[in-house]
Amino acid sequence: MQTTATSAFPTRNTVIPFGPQHPVLPEPLQLRLVLEDERVVEALPAIGYCHRGLEKIAEKKDFIQNVYLVERICGICSFMHSLTYCQGIEELMKVDVPSRAKHLRVVWAELHRMHSHLLFLGLVSDAFGFENLFMQLWRVREHILEIMEKTAGARIMLSVCSIGGVRRDLDDGQMAEVLRVLDRVEHELEEILPTLMNDYSVRQRLCGVGLLSPDKAHDLGAVGPTARASGIPMDHRQTGYAAYGDLGGVTPVTETAGDCYARIMIRVRELHQSAEFVRKAIQKIPAGPIAVPVKGNPDGEVLVRMEQPRGELIFYIKGNGTRNLERFRARTPTFANLPALLHMLPGCQLADVPVIILSIDPCISCTER
Amino acid sequence: MSAIAKSPWVVHFNCSSCNGCDIEFLACLTPFYDVERLGILHVGNPKHADVLVVTGSVNHRTARVLKNVYDMIPSPKVVVAMGVCSSSGGIFAEGYNVLGGIDKVIPVDVFVPGCPARPEAMLDGILKAAAILDRKAREGTGVATVSAAKPVINLVPLAADAAPAPAAP
Ligand code: SF4
Repeated sequence: MQTTATSAFPTRNTVIPFGPQHPVLPEPLQLRLVLEDERVVEALPAIGYCHRGLEKIAEKKDFIQNVYLVERICGICSFMHSLTYCQGIEELMKVDVPSRAKHLRVVWAELHRMHSHLLFLGLVSDAFGFENLFMQLWRVREHILEIMEKTAGARIMLSVCSIGGVRRDLDDGQMAEVLRVLDRVEHELEEILPTLMNDYSVRQRLCGVGLLSPDKAHDLGAVGPTARASGIPMDHRQTGYAAYGDLGGVTPVTETAGDCYARIMIRVRELHQSAEFVRKAIQKIPAGPIAVPVKGNPDGEVLVRMEQPRGELIFYIKGNGTRNLERFRARTPTFANLPALLHMLPGCQLADVPVIILSIDPCISCTER
Repeated sequence: MSAIAKSPWVVHFNCSSCNGCDIEFLACLTPFYDVERLGILHVGNPKHADVLVVTGSVNHRTARVLKNVYDMIPSPKVVVAMGVCSSSGGIFAEGYNVLGGIDKVIPVDVFVPGCPARPEAMLDGILKAAAILDRKAREGTGVATVSAAKPVINLVPLAADAAPAPAAP
């Protein structure tokens, strides 16, 4: 405990550590919260608990082995990482990916986004003390994991994206199954989500908490749902990578309030958007090969960006004509959202801290790699 | 079977994992797999727990925290290493700051393979741990602290770590 004299009356500030082992965080993030009574004055992050030196390991491994390595940057959006990496290498090696593979990539990417958003909605419900909702949302999420296992062979680490295409094809039966599961998920969500959206106590905990104004969101470089909840229409799927260009483009989902409730609403609405994308991709999928053979080694440098469930992901890849990369660098969305989080925390009540932290959907494994 | 093994309380610590194993462990709690039907309860405070579930490899920064969390759990206690990362370091074993599996820092009773381990395998691991817990409780073993049980490798105290206690407030 330390004493500071900010006015005529000396106030007593308490510093409490939040994490690294904390019930609401599945991950080791540590924040030192400076409190004045119950009000947070300042939040100081102490990161590095999850650092695994992944960028350095990527230089030691073959560039094809790296597809499996980058998937393990984060288990929640593993497919997104391998997709970004493959797109980068394909750009370097000027590989033309078959259209069918691009559509299949959209199917898995959007299924991943749905499972990630459901996971987030469940965790945030748990953070404001609604355990029942957490259980129900995760029950629905199991349907998506199940269909991922049926189509790609694994629940979490799909390992289905490869340089030059994808490794598995879907037959008509599997596609019909995906559509059936989507209908079922949406039907079950219709029963659960109104509670999250309209319940009096939920709104009490979320509305007006953790405000982020559009200007601040822009200045602090917030990305993804955090920026969109503050009214910034930014979504990298608009650039039309993979098959998004052929599927009629993307209109970013935005909200204007910039509070925790808005950030949750973005995810709720994006669930339906993602389901629509899967449906469209399956409808429009062309026949043809799912991968092209790739020869040679990557040479030159490239910067790839794409939209992850949490925001914009940037990979920098530099090859030097050998099997090993010269440099691999990842800038993940939570890293970009941390300054915005540290701006939201001061002034809030201690009891709101877990909700605010979770409202940016932090992924510490990504951030610290 | 002693009462403790019929309802083991589990605390989860993410050492430095990729999240894959963590979300699979959380999936064990939810209605589809539902560990609670087997009497297993997930708690947030290590002081209430009997079983420590660790995911992810251990690095220089988490080694101290892991050791502290382990020491905080009352004896008898068992440790379950979930996934290949916590068993051997897995894909991150060659990372420059990764020490390897968690058995470098604390004694481990059950290793669950898989990357990520499947929820069924995790349930099986926890049930195996409960049997070991039962044996330890009846034999009165498993009371040794980590310092006595394992020569801990060179845990350099980091300046930033020195001040606050690392566990949940
Ligand atoms: S074992 Fe695999 S899924 Fe689990 S933490 Fe390690 S890399 Fe991630």
